[in-house]
Amino acid sequence: MAKTLLWRGMLAGILAALLATMVARTVAEPQIDLAIGYEESHAVHAMGAHHDAPAPVEEELVSRDTQKGAGLFTALALYGAAVGGMFALIFAYGYGRFGRMGPRSFALLLASMAFLLIVIVPGLKYPQTPPAVGRHETVGIRTGAYFMMIGLSIASALIAANIRTALLRSRRGIDATLLAAGSYALLVGIGQFLLPAINEVPEDFPAVLLWNFRIASIASQFVLWATIGIVFGLLAEHTLKQQA
Amino acid sequence: MASTTALFDDSFIPVRGGTGIPVADIAPWAVFGTLIAMIFLYFVSTEQGAYALFDGMYVHEYVHDGRHLLGFPCH
Repeated sequence: MAKTLLWRGMLAGILAALLATMVARTVAEPQIDLAIGYEESHAVHAMGAHHDAPAPVEEELVSRDTQKGAGLFTALALYGAAVGGMFALIFAYGYGRFGRMGPRSFALLLASMAFLLIVIVPGLKYPQTPPAVGRHETVGIRTGAYFMMIGLSIASALIAANIRTALLRSRRGIDATLLAAGSYALLVGIGQFLLPAINEVPEDFPAVLLWNFRIASIASQFVLWATIGIVFGLLAEHTLKQQA
Repeated sequence: MASTTALFDDSFIPVRGGTGIPVADIAPWAVFGTLIAMIFLYFVSTEQGAYALFDGMYVHEYVHDGRHLLGFPCH
């Protein structure tokens, strides 16, 4: 059963990536193009200021069209397959172990939690950034910090889940859940305070462009997780009905 | 429970022979699935960015837009 669920999770993730790619192509790509335009115009200005030789033509390794099409889909499909597979494994472990929830409801609950834990909470500390934001020298520390943030969010959720289980022995379910949610918020808050602050947005980078890009990024990832939750729920229901 | 049922008419389907899927059934697939996921995620998020297994920038440029979109630091 775990094998079937794993493959189906990866399949749901790839299908979700296809939908997310369409959304990203429509709402995010125009913002990325604008950011690249900003980047190029500033590179030219910087060159002009230094009275250097004419700006060297940057060799395009991968054309913008490929980046926006096949490249975007490949990246999202790899991501979708990866998180879809992990999602299926967590579903396989949790189903029936955490209350008697139906498979579709449980898949939706897990997908909403994943969206909150992996996209929204880490994004509050380290928001998604378009091209032209971020210095090349700091990519190592920024990547490390971002992964730390995601890890912190997931670890805090696991601790909160344990707190909830412990509280359930002596308290009502609703109180245990609220106290666990409060512990999660507190743990994440402390972690976000301790992690290094990163602000590398150029001074004259358009605020509206930054906002639109972030909204587009969140929208694409929302579609990704919503599709995983809905499609995997249907597939898991089918799998469970067949074995029953 | 009535309102819950109205919203989610999705009842629990018991797993054959127990409450949940046995851990022994999940474990080998969890190892395999996690490994695959880590490799995929590495190429989307980190390769030729913060760390590089291969020379050049081809992977970076190819997944460029997706990397930005998913919030991974790109350059």
